[in-house]
Formats: sequence, structure tokens, C-alpha cells
Amino acid sequence: MPESSLEIKDTSCSSSRYRMSSLRQYSQSSVLPLPMTRNPYTMPTISAFCTEDNVSECISYINREVSSLGFPLLCTESNNGPELNLVAVLNNVYNLLQLHRRCLQTVEDIEVEQVKSNSNMDYLQLSNTRLKDQLELSKRENTGLLERERQLQLKVKSLHNCLKNEKEEVQKLQSIIASRATQYNHDMKRKEREFGKLKERLNQLLIDKKDKKQTFEVLNYVGRSDGKRSLWKTGKTEARHEGEMYKTLLNDYDSRHKDLLMENAELKKVLQQMKRDMVTILSPRKPSQSGEKHDDSLEQTSSEEDEVCDSSRESLELSCEHAREQLTNSIRQQWRRLKSHVERLDSQASLVGERANMNAIPKEVHEEEMDRLKLEIQQYKDFIHTQQQLLQQQLNSPCDDETASLLNDCYMQEEKERLKEDWKSFEEKRKNFEAERRNFTEAAIRLSHERKAFEEDRATWLKHQFLNLTPFGDQMKPQMSKSQSALSGWAESEVRPMSTPAKLNKSLSHTAFSTSRASPAKTPSTADLYRTHRLIPEKSPSTIHPKQDSSILRNDDVPAQLRHVNGGANCRAYTFTGDRIGSI
Amino acid sequence: MADGRSWSYNRGVNKSKSTQMCRNTTFFCLTVSLPAPPQATCVQYRLVVRDVNTLQILHLYTCLDQIVHMEWSSDSLFILCAMYKRGLVQVWSLEQPDWYCKIDEGSIGLVSSRWSPDGRHILNTTEFHLRVTVWSLCTKAVSYIKYPKACQKGIDFSRDGCYMALAERRDCRDYVSVFVCDDWHLLRHFETETQDLAGVEWSPNGCVLAVWDSCLEYKVLLYSLDGRLLSTFSAYEWSLGIKSLAWSPSSQFLAIGSYDGKVRILNHITWKKVTEFDHPASINNTKAVVYKEVERKPVVGSADLSIQQHITMGSTLFNTQSKYEICPLPVQVPVVKPDLDRANPKVGVSSMAFSSDNRYLATKNDNMACVVWVWDMQRLGLLAVLEQTSAVRCFQWDPRRPRLALCTGNAKLYLWSPAGCVSVQVPAEGGFQVQSVTWHCSGDSLILLGKEQLCLCYMEVGEEEEEDDDVK
Repeated sequence: MPESSLEIKDTSCSSSRYRMSSLRQYSQSSVLPLPMTRNPYTMPTISAFCTEDNVSECISYINREVSSLGFPLLCTESNNGPELNLVAVLNNVYNLLQLHRRCLQTVEDIEVEQVKSNSNMDYLQLSNTRLKDQLELSKRENTGLLERERQLQLKVKSLHNCLKNEKEEVQKLQSIIASRATQYNHDMKRKEREFGKLKERLNQLLIDKKDKKQTFEVLNYVGRSDGKRSLWKTGKTEARHEGEMYKTLLNDYDSRHKDLLMENAELKKVLQQMKRDMVTILSPRKPSQSGEKHDDSLEQTSSEEDEVCDSSRESLELSCEHAREQLTNSIRQQWRRLKSHVERLDSQASLVGERANMNAIPKEVHEEEMDRLKLEIQQYKDFIHTQQQLLQQQLNSPCDDETASLLNDCYMQEEKERLKEDWKSFEEKRKNFEAERRNFTEAAIRLSHERKAFEEDRATWLKHQFLNLTPFGDQMKPQMSKSQSALSGWAESEVRPMSTPAKLNKSLSHTAFSTSRASPAKTPSTADLYRTHRLIPEKSPSTIHPKQDSSILRNDDVPAQLRHVNGGANCRAYTFTGDRIGSI
Repeated sequence: MADGRSWSYNRGVNKSKSTQMCRNTTFFCLTVSLPAPPQATCVQYRLVVRDVNTLQILHLYTCLDQIVHMEWSSDSLFILCAMYKRGLVQVWSLEQPDWYCKIDEGSIGLVSSRWSPDGRHILNTTEFHLRVTVWSLCTKAVSYIKYPKACQKGIDFSRDGCYMALAERRDCRDYVSVFVCDDWHLLRHFETETQDLAGVEWSPNGCVLAVWDSCLEYKVLLYSLDGRLLSTFSAYEWSLGIKSLAWSPSSQFLAIGSYDGKVRILNHITWKKVTEFDHPASINNTKAVVYKEVERKPVVGSADLSIQQHITMGSTLFNTQSKYEICPLPVQVPVVKPDLDRANPKVGVSSMAFSSDNRYLATKNDNMACVVWVWDMQRLGLLAVLEQTSAVRCFQWDPRRPRLALCTGNAKLYLWSPAGCVSVQVPAEGGFQVQSVTWHCSGDSLILLGKEQLCLCYMEVGEEEEEDDDVK
């Protein structure tokens, strides 16, 4: 059905343009099937409608009918009754036919439309069911997730409860510990008090006890270790002790103060030195950075301060308060400058690459320089040329052997130099070529490996297929043989162009690869090869599922195709390497 | 170490009663007097004074009972011998051998006796710490100081001998009294903000007093001589706190060793923490050198060994040689898992000592009993680790040079100096086990105390001679 509709569409399209010429086509293509379709209905009625006897009635009937339908009348009223107007009849018939055709066409269109809409509907239904399935699935997932969420929430809740419990426990324990500690402290204090009382009592008792008193026997008293006599305890002694104590304390503080002063002085020295170093580091930069005004102002202020500092440097040691502030301030400022400077340097360093490209002025300068140098080269070349000419003249002119030999030597030298240069460039080229060749061989080896793997794959696959498809062997065989032949044909065609670049390579020229002859031969051939290799899998799956629809088959092809693309590449590379290796 | 060593050792074998040999440890006391060369030994009732160089007996005194404690006066003119059980203290003079002094504390008892810094007063603490009695040898005067606190270090004298700090406890509060040692005048008396004061220690310059709380609370208070609170330091709460405390000789640093196995160093200007020394089980510090003692057992016949074992009563270590090897980092230090359920767990830094030149600090962490750590105080980092085969008993710095001596209860003496580390076999017969080491104040000789013997080790620079001198 779709075939015929398509045909009709085509013809209708063309008919709009070539109306008259297409008439014959109609009669051939579209009118012919009509009797076939209408046969069961039309044939009996036609046979019953008009006979020899009722021609006139028929004519009149048709005339009436036709007129009622708005067509021009078939008969013209003449003297001897109604006369059939042949032209009108034909016109009418033609009109009717046209109408009929149009009707048919619309019917066809509608049918097509319907088929389309049917398929559309099918598709929509399919997608609808699929979407419904998806919806179901996602609903299920959703419920599952909700369930999980619920569970997790429950877990969280339980954990929260646990945490709360633990916290309460901790609090309880802490309070217990605290209460116990207070209790313990209280008891301790009580016991200690009792202990103190007991001690007191014991002391009293022991003092009161007469039987075993403390005794102290000394043969004779010894002098004090410092040789002095001990002093009476008076109010003065207390003051003396206090004084001595404060003296020791003061001494200690004095020594510490001294230490700190010394440390301070050292640090100051270091600071000053640092400052001096900073100044010396930063001052030569001044003129170069005159462009930056902010910096300039800063430097000015700092330099002013430097002067102030210098003037007050002598008094620095004495009035530390003021001087220190100045010193630290100036150091701070210098430090800030140094820092900013270093940062700037850093940023400059990072921007150096960009700036080289960005800066317009250096480029111009560069170009100027280039021009100048070119000019110079030209001058020198001219100079050399004139020299050469002069030499030639001298050579041509009769001269002694010595000069001739000298000149000869010169030329030889020059020649040698040139040859050497040529040799060098040649060597370089050769090296490049060698490297390239190596790359190619490596690639070829790799590809051959891949090909081997693929071959194995294919063999197993074919075996598999063979085993699977014994019942449909007769159906498969011709296709297989066909595909193989196609492959072999393409392989032949492939090998041929591939050998050309190889041969060119052999001639040790780099340009061989870029020649217009080699490259077009290479690129389309590989593409074609891919296509040809695709033929194998395209047919082969059909042997696996011979009963399935072709549309499904087409879908199944895709992975197989891809695989065979690789295979094709392998094949190509293999032939290529074979050649290459041969050439090596 | 290039020092040659010469040896002399004194067999302090009991002469009076062989049955009391096993108790010798308590009777065997020794100190080296500070300015003068003599050396005193006491054996049971007798006090023997020898010349430290020749080991000749200079004096011999007989006490009334077994001597428990013995102490030289600061000027080395007198020796104090305490017999705590009897509550007796006897003092002997070196200048006048006939001179004597006997103090009987009577029924009130005696738990501790010590010299005052001037060497003319004796401070006796009575039983139950009822009071401290100060006896004067000059005037026969007696003074009492009430409410002394029984704690880790309740009394400390300043280095110059001028002041004494005494921890007191009355009405469940801690106080510190500062006395002038000259005439026992109470200079300052102040309450400290401690829960349970554990000790007091003067800075070497005598101007700052460090007071620390008991191990239940990590708290160090620093008081000026005039009783002003300079600063308070607390590293953490709740956990067991301070275990030991040490001033650097310059008073510049205060090292605090605590139960968390760390040493915290405070500076003397802001009294804030300068740094923290951890004692990790695995040493990764690339600047530290790890010396590991490796024993080499001599090849001895089994019969010989058994005889020796009989002789030495199970001291198996006496014949083994050992040496130090430098271990490649990282090193795993053997750690003893302490029993935390029991009181006084074996964790934390229990002993610390600064070298005389302030450069080094030696520490020992109790749950790594075999290891001594030496820290560089200039770099404030780990310098050396000495890993011994057995637990370290005691270590002490040479009073003159940066040189550390340590013993581990075997017949060896170990010495460390910045140049390296050496293990020295004590050339004594029988199972001589070094229990403690004491340097002579000159740093030229070293006394090694065993259970029944003592050995004097002379450090002679440049001499390679080893001399074994037996003294009866």
C-alpha cells in the first residue's frame, strides 16, 4: 500500500505540470488497478444498466443525472428528438474521470494520512505505555526513597534521643561528681580540722609530759660560719631584713633590666641595619619607577623621614621613646615599600610572557631592528657580490699560479662549506624521516596486533554463528559468499593505492606524503574500505535472526558495524605495514 | 668520650654483724662534702670519713644507733647523723674530733633532719609534722615553727642561703612563710591559691618562689620574694597534673613535668609557656639522635655461669658487655602500659634536670622507664634519646660540664655528652649494682653507690689508665 500511494503522489505532482502528457500515464498506472479493485461492484451494474433496448432511456437518465449534478447536458434538443452530443459526453466523461481520480486521490491521501496517524497513534501509545512504565518506576523509586527518608528520619530522631539521653547522663554524672567533690572536700576539711585538733592536743601533751623531754647536749658552742656575733632581735632587724630583701629584689630587677636593655640595643641595631639595607636596596630603583606616582609620594615622605631619622640618630640611644617610634615607623614604611616592590616584581615576572606579546612598542622596535638588519644583510650581500665579481675579473685576467691556486682553494673551500651545509640539511631530513618511519612501524605493529585480535574475534564469532545457523544455511550462504567477494574486491582496490605512498617513501622524500597524488588516493580509499567492511556485519546478523523484521535488523547492525570498522582499519594497516616492512 | 677513667671501689661489707647484711641499703649513706675533698661513709653505727683522692680514713666516729640519714654542713666542718627511730641527731666536727653534739627530740619523734644553709642550725621535723624545731649550735637556742605541711617539698632554702620558704597548712588553707635564715625572722607570710599545696621551690637567683598544687590540679603559682603573686600557670584541667618541677640554673626557664608525659617550659619574663616537650612512643624527629644500648653476652661455659650465678645471687647482668648503637629513625620506644586504676600511676615526667650550663635538659618519663631524653634548650628541641636495656634508676649532670651520668641498677655506668654516649663496665667483683650516682662538686669524680659497696670513678681527661683500687 505505501508503495502505490507514493507513486500516486509522485504522479499527481508531475501532473500539475504536465497535464496533457501525463494522461497516458494515468491510463497505464492508475486506471488499470481500478477495474481490479472495483470489479466486484461495478461489473454487474454496468451489464444491467444499459442494453440495446433502453439506450435512449439511459441517455435521458444520464442526461438528467448529469444535469442535476451540474454538468453540461449530454443531448442537444434537435428536430428528431434529443441527440447525443459526443463532445459533451466525452467532456463529461473526462470530468467525471477527473472527479473520480481526485476522489481516489483524496481517499488515498486520507488512507495514507490514516496509516500515518495510525502508526503515529501506535507510536504514541507505545511511548505512552513506556512513559507510564517509567512513571510507575519512578513512582516506585519515589516511594522507596520516601521510605528510606522516613527511616533515616526515624534514625535521626532516635539518635537525637540518644544524644539527649547521653547529654542528660553526662550532666547527671557531672553533678554527681561535683556533689561528691564538695562532699569529699567537706569531709577532708572536717578530718583535717580534727587532725589539727589532735595535733594540737598531742603537742600539748608532749610538752606537758615530763618523762622524756627534748634534750640538747653540746660540748661547747661554735662560732657562726661568717664569724660574726649574732645580733639581738629588735625593731631594727626587721627593717634591715626588709631592706635586704628589697635590695636583692632590686638587684635582680636591675640585672634583668640590664639584660633587657642589652637585648633591646641589639635588636635596635639589627633594625637599623635592616633599615639601611632596605634603603640601599630600594633607592636605586627610584628613577626607574618614576612613572608610578603613588610610590613616588611614598618614597618622598620616607626619604624625608630618613633625614629626620638621620638627624635624630645620635640622640636615639638617649631618648628611646621618640626615636623608637620613628625608627619602627620608618622601618614599617620601608618594609611596606619593599613588600609592594617584591609583589610588583612577582606580578611582573608572571606577566612577562604576556607582556612580550602584548607590548606594541617593543614589537615595533623589533620590526625596525629587523628591517635594519635585513638592510645590512642586503648591503653585505652586495658587498660580497662585488667582491666576487672583482675576484672573477682577477681570475679571468692573466695572473700568476699562486693567486690562481689560492683562488681555487677559496672556491673549493666555499664549495665544501656549501656541501657541508647541504649534507647537514640532508642529514636532518633523513633523521626526521627516520623518526617518522619508526612511528609508522610502531603504529603498524600495534595495528597488526589489533587486527590479529580482531581476526580471532571474528573467527570465534563466525564459528558461533555457524553453529547457530545450520538450519538456515542455504539462506545464508549466498550472502556470505557475496560479502566475501566484496571484501576481497575492496581489499584489492585498497592495497593498490596504499602501496603508492610506500613506494614514494622509499624514494626518501618528505614531500611524498603531501603530494596531491598520494593523499587523495589514501583518504577516500580508507573510507571506502570501512564501508565495504561494514557489508559483512550488515548481512551477517541477518543470518543469525533470519525470521526477524528488516527494521529490527538494521538496529542490530550498529555494534557489529563498529567492530568491523576497526577490523577494516586493521586490515588496511596490515597491508600497509607489509609494504613498509618490505621496503625496509 | 675520650675521658680515661680510674676506679676505686669500697667494699662496704658489714664488719660487725654479718646477719644484717640484707638491711644494708638503709644504713649505707654517703655524701660528698662541697668545698673540701673528704668523703664520708657510714656503716651501721660508724661514720667513716675518707679523703676523696686517696680514700684514706681521716676520721672514724661511732654513733649511738644505726645511722639513717647523714648530711654535711655547708662549710664541710660538721656532719649530721640522724637516727630517726630513736629521735636522735648526732653532730660531729671534723676540726675537733672530740667535739660532739647530741639532740634528742624525745617522745615527740623525728622524721626528718637537715642543716640550715649556714651550717650552724639544724632543722628537725617532728612526727606527724607537728612542728619544725630549729636548734642553734651557736647559742643553743631552740625555735619552733608550727603547722609545717607534710608534702612533697615543704621546705626550700634559697641558693644563697638567705631565705627559707616553708609550706604551712592551717585551717584547711595553704600558706607559705618566708624566713630569713640568719635569725629565723619571719619575713613574709601569705596564703596561696592552692587546693592542696605540694611543694615550694626557689629560683636559683632567690627572687621567685614557685609553688605548685598537688597532682589533682595542674597549677603553678609564682611568687616574688616579697610575697606578690607574679603569675599563675595551668596547662589543663581535670586530669592528673604536675609531677615534677625544675628551675634552670640561670632562673630563665621553669620546666614543669606532668602526668600527661609532657614538659612545659615557662620563661622568666612573661611566665608564659615557651614550648612543650612531648615524649612520644615513636621518635620521628630527624634532629634527634637515638642511642640504643645493645648487650653482648660473653661466651661463658654453663658450669662457670652457674657458679657465678650462685656467687652473685641472681645478678645476671654483671658480666655482660654493652655498647650504644645509633638507631635509624623512626624508633619505637618501649612503653609500659600503666595501671591507671591504682594510685600514683607510673606515668608522666618524674625527673628533670638542667645541665649546669643551661644548655640541656634531661628528662625521664615514667611509662618509658628505660629511656632518658636530652633536650637542647637553645633549639628548644629533642637532641638525644638514650634507650637503656633496663629501667633508669637515676641520672645526674656533671656540676661543671655538660655531661650526664646515669645508672640502671646494673654493673655499668653510662655517660652522655654532646659528643656521644658511652657505657662503662664497673670493674668490681661480684654483683655490683649501681643504685645511684653522685658527682663530686669539681666534676672530676663520681661516686657509684651499690647495695653494699661504693665505687669512686675518677674522670681523668687524656689518661687512658684504668686503676682498680680495693679499699678495705
